[in-house]
Amino acid sequence: MTSPSRTIRLTVNGRNCSVQAPPMKRLLDVLREDLHLTGAKEGCGEGECGSCSVRMNGDLVNSCLVPVLQADGATILTVEGLADCGKLHPLQQAFLNCGGAQCGICTPGMLMAASQLLSINPHPTIAEIREGLAGNLCRCTGFIRIFESVIAAAASGDLHPQSETIHAR
Amino acid sequence: MRGDPHVHELIAPASLEAVLELLAAAPGQWTPIAGGTELMVAHAAGRLTATRLVSLWGLSELRFIRSDVDSISIGAGTTFKDLRTNSTVASHLPLLARASAWIGSIANQSRATIGGNLVNGSPAADSSPALLVYDAEVELVSARGSRRIPYADFHTGYKRNAMMEDELLFAVHIPLRFAEHRQYLRKVGTRRAMAISKVALAACASLEDGVIREIRLAAASLAAFPARLYGTEAALQNRTLSAETVERACLALLEEAKPIDDIRSTAEYRRQVARNLLAEFLMQIGTEAATL
Repeated sequence: MTSPSRTIRLTVNGRNCSVQAPPMKRLLDVLREDLHLTGAKEGCGEGECGSCSVRMNGDLVNSCLVPVLQADGATILTVEGLADCGKLHPLQQAFLNCGGAQCGICTPGMLMAASQLLSINPHPTIAEIREGLAGNLCRCTGFIRIFESVIAAAASGDLHPQSETIHAR
Repeated sequence: MRGDPHVHELIAPASLEAVLELLAAAPGQWTPIAGGTELMVAHAAGRLTATRLVSLWGLSELRFIRSDVDSISIGAGTTFKDLRTNSTVASHLPLLARASAWIGSIANQSRATIGGNLVNGSPAADSSPALLVYDAEVELVSARGSRRIPYADFHTGYKRNAMMEDELLFAVHIPLRFAEHRQYLRKVGTRRAMAISKVALAACASLEDGVIREIRLAAASLAAFPARLYGTEAALQNRTLSAETVERACLALLEEAKPIDDIRSTAEYRRQVARNLLAEFLMQIGTEAATL
């Protein structure tokens, strides 16, 4: 049996999109293959590593575990939507300054998890940062510089949680 | 082998009623999917055998937390994020709030639902031990009507439960009478986040002049499904809390626990840790009782 594709409407990084996809296609694959947004990565494919993290309707989700039908009508923010007209998001700048990225595979997910955390808790404790990023695995640079990056971004005072959700492109 | 999205049908009816009609018309043919944190893992790995899936995500009838004077009702579609951020749950059901905060990761908690956790029926289910010691009931619903059964009777075997093929889990109902009880929950896993339990133990007890008047104990990963520890409870019921009572209860637990060896741990380790958790709880309440 072949399940027919259907129209799925999404608002991704402020842009209205419409794709034809089988309802069980993973949001991750729709983002990467249909919308050519390859920032979200597939690491484990089972919700353990966080490299596919995106924000959906204001919640952090593993896009590898979302059948795209369940995202129909949703507002999605991916790492491509973090920068504002070419100006890096304070988290991205902090990751650069603090050496928070090495091979880069985990970085988009780390940034999305960190942006989720800072949007609800602009001045997290180290314990809260550890918890907020606990579902995101890094296997090269280590977590300390990533935590330091989040601390630096929070301290930079450049965060605008209310406006960061969407930057129209 | 990687799963193929084309071989699975997925539909999203707009109401609970429409889902129940679908299940009634073809019992056993449709597999409900809520937040997908279990089924989508199987799908990605090519292990998802269900070909017709019906989405429960977004059904407002299933996503609620309501309280009245003597109970709290939690809709099956309530996420663990909902539970960990709800002030009523935090103040009245601290064990459930804590379990909700340590399930998976923040991203998993955004999507995973309490109904999915229970119906999936993992022996290691994180929300189960708390619900068992809180004496929860589950409400099952179908086009024929609804019925309530004790949650302790819900799981009937490994990944088996008391639901009929046309039924859905609708809600969990928890009585509000534990404010004065001693409550305990501890999970032992490889690390704090993301880890599936090697073993978890929950307890809820009331004491009167050093005598245990009411006691419920429940564990994850000590049997084929999350379950009460009735034999161990019996060793404590109406006993004065003493070193001898603790020893007797620990022996009863070692007798009653039926853990297995698997990739996460060994039966022997699980048995020993469960015993230590029970001893920890009993010593905690013994210390409290002694200082009153």
